[in-house]
Amino acid sequence: MDATIFGAWVATGLTLLIFSFLYKDNPLFKLAEHLYVGVSIGYTIVKTYDTVLVHLVVKPIVEQGEISLLIPVGIGMLMLTRYVPKAAWMSRYAFAFIVGMGAGLAIPRTISSFILKQVEDTIRPLLSLVGSDGVTFSMNLLNPASNLNAIIILLGVSSVLFYFFFSIEHTGVGKVVARTGILFLMISFGAAFGYTVMARMSLLIGRLTDLIEYSDASYGRPTIWLLMGIVGALFLLSRKGQEHPPDSH
Amino acid sequence: MIFLRRQLPLLITLVAGLLFAAQYYVPHPASEQMLTSATKWLQIIGGFALVLGVTSLFHLHAVKIRRQEAGWGYSLVLYAGMLGTIAVGLWADGKESIEGVMTSFGWVYNYMMVPLQGTMFAILAFFIASAAYRSFRARSREAAVLLVAAVIVMMGRVPLGEYLVPLSGDVASWILNVLNASVRRAILIGVSLGAIALSFKIIFGVERSYLGGGKE
Repeated sequence: MDATIFGAWVATGLTLLIFSFLYKDNPLFKLAEHLYVGVSIGYTIVKTYDTVLVHLVVKPIVEQGEISLLIPVGIGMLMLTRYVPKAAWMSRYAFAFIVGMGAGLAIPRTISSFILKQVEDTIRPLLSLVGSDGVTFSMNLLNPASNLNAIIILLGVSSVLFYFFFSIEHTGVGKVVARTGILFLMISFGAAFGYTVMARMSLLIGRLTDLIEYSDASYGRPTIWLLMGIVGALFLLSRKGQEHPPDSH
Repeated sequence: MIFLRRQLPLLITLVAGLLFAAQYYVPHPASEQMLTSATKWLQIIGGFALVLGVTSLFHLHAVKIRRQEAGWGYSLVLYAGMLGTIAVGLWADGKESIEGVMTSFGWVYNYMMVPLQGTMFAILAFFIASAAYRSFRARSREAAVLLVAAVIVMMGRVPLGEYLVPLSGDVASWILNVLNASVRRAILIGVSLGAIALSFKIIFGVERSYLGGGKE
């Protein structure tokens, strides 16, 4: 059996084990779930070892003599003092460095990219220049950069920001603005929900496509055999559960 | 001793914070080089943070196996999956393919991790649909707006939806690119203001929870 065919059997089996959760929480699903966690952690460890230890530490130090990289290694080692109760306070140096550096890096970049740039893109000219001497107001809704959309975006950003601004009581005109903000928020939540559902559907279609592909005779029809096996195992587990109900005490 | 345990970490945070905040405003090659090195340093230190997390998980499941607690067999499966992947990954030098040929590590990725991850997220489609069925009732005007927006976006993202309602694709794009964008922008501005305030609190030692508890 070559690696591709064996892979098809493994992939089909694991896919069906996870899908068995649609019937109910069962030991077969738990097995696949724990295997998923284990494989994912193993994968992350190997990738971190390769990218960080090999390519960022060992190779630059050995091949290019970048001794300065021993400093972050030392700081990283300080983190591990967490396991020695008497020396655990030393890990604070590592956390202090990371958190301080992160906070310092964040301040100017957040102000520039996430506040000033966003405000700049929100407050756009309400009229566009056409040629050398005329101005126009474009009403094309399908063009996000049209003047009408610029007004809608300005209205949306302002009203949502106002909705989350609690220093002023939301009464009178404020109430109208806040309610407009809620309306925008609801549309956005609905859109986000619809988008997420379709993304999940796309994944589901991908998995079902694989299952259909692996039901081919060239792979030995793993989908059909394993589906029968898993349904049989679930049936046996269900029977066993009925004969020996879990102790309620 | 209190200086070493409490005040020096706060001093390190202050100096690192001010230094890297100032770096942004110094357009000099040396400043750029400092940023490049610092990013590399962060990655290296982050690698050690992973060691902390993994050892904690190792310990948790080791205790479960040693005491033979309920479900300890699953912990064994987790260990087997993790150690097996590490062994295979180190054997393949952390590469999924070498000169276009899939390695054993690539096999684990393609035939174990991708199906497991894909299916785990795919089953959420069923649960999202069932949750939507139970909660998406147009009980109020706001809920109705949410429902209509979700339906339009869902229809606009599939060929069948566009076939049934030809306008749905354009309306879905408008909702996503204009209405949704404006809300995301407002939320981003609000979150960013909060992040900046928190960063200042950290740098000036007002927020200290990251240092943890324990003895002074």
